[in-house]
Formats: sequence, C-alpha cells, structure tokens
Amino acid sequence: MAVVFDKPHALIDVPLHYCPGCTHGIIHRLVAEVIDELGIEGKTIGIAPVGCSVMAYNYFNCDMIEAAHGRAPAVATGVKRADPENHIVFTYQGDGDLASIGMAETVHAAARNENITVIFINNAIYGMTGGQMAPTSLPGQVTQTSPYGRDPKHCGYPIKVCEMLSELEGPEYLERVTVNNVKNIRAAKKAIKKAFQNQIDGKGFSLVEVVSSCPTNWGMTPQAALKWIDEKMLPYYPLGVYKDRSAEKEAE
Amino acid sequence: MAKLTFKTDNCKGCGLCVDACPKKLLRLAKDKINKKGHHPAEITDESQCVGCASCAMMCPDCIIKVER
Repeated sequence: MAVVFDKPHALIDVPLHYCPGCTHGIIHRLVAEVIDELGIEGKTIGIAPVGCSVMAYNYFNCDMIEAAHGRAPAVATGVKRADPENHIVFTYQGDGDLASIGMAETVHAAARNENITVIFINNAIYGMTGGQMAPTSLPGQVTQTSPYGRDPKHCGYPIKVCEMLSELEGPEYLERVTVNNVKNIRAAKKAIKKAFQNQIDGKGFSLVEVVSSCPTNWGMTPQAALKWIDEKMLPYYPLGVYKDRSAEKEAE
Repeated sequence: MAKLTFKTDNCKGCGLCVDACPKKLLRLAKDKINKKGHHPAEITDESQCVGCASCAMMCPDCIIKVER
C-alpha cells in the first residue's frame, strides 16, 4: 500500500493548541507541505506573529523567530537581507497582527518589494484575546467590542489588504484564497507554493491572504463557520489573484 | 480498498472530516472519549473507502494517514 496522505515532515508531530475546527491547522499543514515539496526545510526561517499563531514556532520543523506584535515583515526583512542567497524567509500573520498594529511594516515591506513570503490569515476577528473587533471585521459583525454589530459610521469599513497593496508598484504577487473546502484547500496550496517559488526565483514580495474561520469567537460550530465564510466573508473579500507582476509582464 | 489510520488522541472532534467524506463513511465515536476529552473521529466501513483523502485534507490537526 502506498501512502496517499500523511503529516508533512516540516510539521512537528505534536498536538496543535488551536480550538477544534480552527483552520490555522490546515494552513500550517499547507505551508509545511510546500516546504517539503520545494525541499527548503533546512534553509527556511519562519517568523511567528503575535496572535493565535504566536506559538507557530512549536509546530514548524524549520528555524523560527518570534517577532514583536506586527513587526514580522520588518524582522523578515532583516533576516532575508542578512543572507539573501541561503535563507528562505516567510512570515505567518493574523489580521490583528498584519492589518492592524503591523500595517506600516506590511505596506513598506510590500512597497520595497522585499523578497519575502507573507502568509496572512484573515478571520475577521481577534482570536487570541477573546474575539474583539479587528480591522477586517465585517460591517454588522457582532464581536466582543461591537455587541450591536460593527457600525461603519463609527468604526470605518474593513480593510481589504490585497486590494490595497495591489495599488503599489512594489509587490510581486498578491492572492486571496480560502480553506473552507477541499477544492479551495488545493487552490490555497497552489498559491502558497507560488509565493515560496517567487522568493526562490528572487522575484520579490509575495503575500497570500487566506480567508479563515474562527468558530469559537464567531460563536458557531466549525461547520457553520465554514459556511459563514462562503456566505458572508467571500462576498466582501472576493478570491483571486490581485497582482502577479511576472504574469503581467509575460502578457505584454 | 484504502486504509485510514487516526491519531485518535490528537482528535478534537470538530467533525470537519465527517462532512468532507464524499461517501459519508466517517463519524464521531459517541461511545469513546480520547485523552483530550473529545469524541474522536472513526471510520465506519473501511471496505467502502476509496482513499480520496478528502478527510485528511480537511483535518485541521492532521491526524489522518491515508494509504491506498
């Protein structure tokens, strides 16, 4: 019998601390599978964020660094520039980390076309701190700090990171994917692989936004949360490639 | 004919694998409790499994090994 599916080598065989049904585990696995397939485990350095995935360094088999809140792209810049030939650097950040406190670092790393890979997990809420409103929370979404639903008049509208960054000259590759069913998981893996391959080819800043679920803080079952992604998240955050400079050049 | 191996003690009983199975062969074992205190996923009729690995793809905790 041949093994069709098993835990990737780049993912350490320990129980994850995430809540039942949290899609962080799926995305961890996809990143690990890509690291395995590209054969870069020995030279990959991951930058863990602050948020639910703060302990990502316990789960990846490659070297990991824990950055201050939101500063993962800045730390990644330093690590990558210190030895660009021998390091593959990725950051793994949630929306509270990347789109809130770390917005400046993200935008400037993208503007400089820093040769790093960013995996951005957008679940429209602050998970670790107990479900407060995030910059990506949807209009009308009920959270701990918006008990009557997010009111855009008072709190503004959610930030669409891929659309916003796509206006910059800098970034090489921006794509939004999700992991709420098997088909979308395959597409997400393809996007993550491309983001890593871009870095290996020296093309520059690649960001993959993964629309993710938070069953605990959304107050839903894992099944209902995946459905909610389809019904509520995706209409506001449409999937697709927002920038692919190499493909654009080829088309010209 | 495929073979599924579950790391039962890492299962959190979220049931995403149960929904992912196109042949509806998986269930959460209501008569069992693992170390974490969840009802772990199990396969009902392994002879029917085609080894598509949809369950393993959906499992957030990567507890399912699929052989075919």
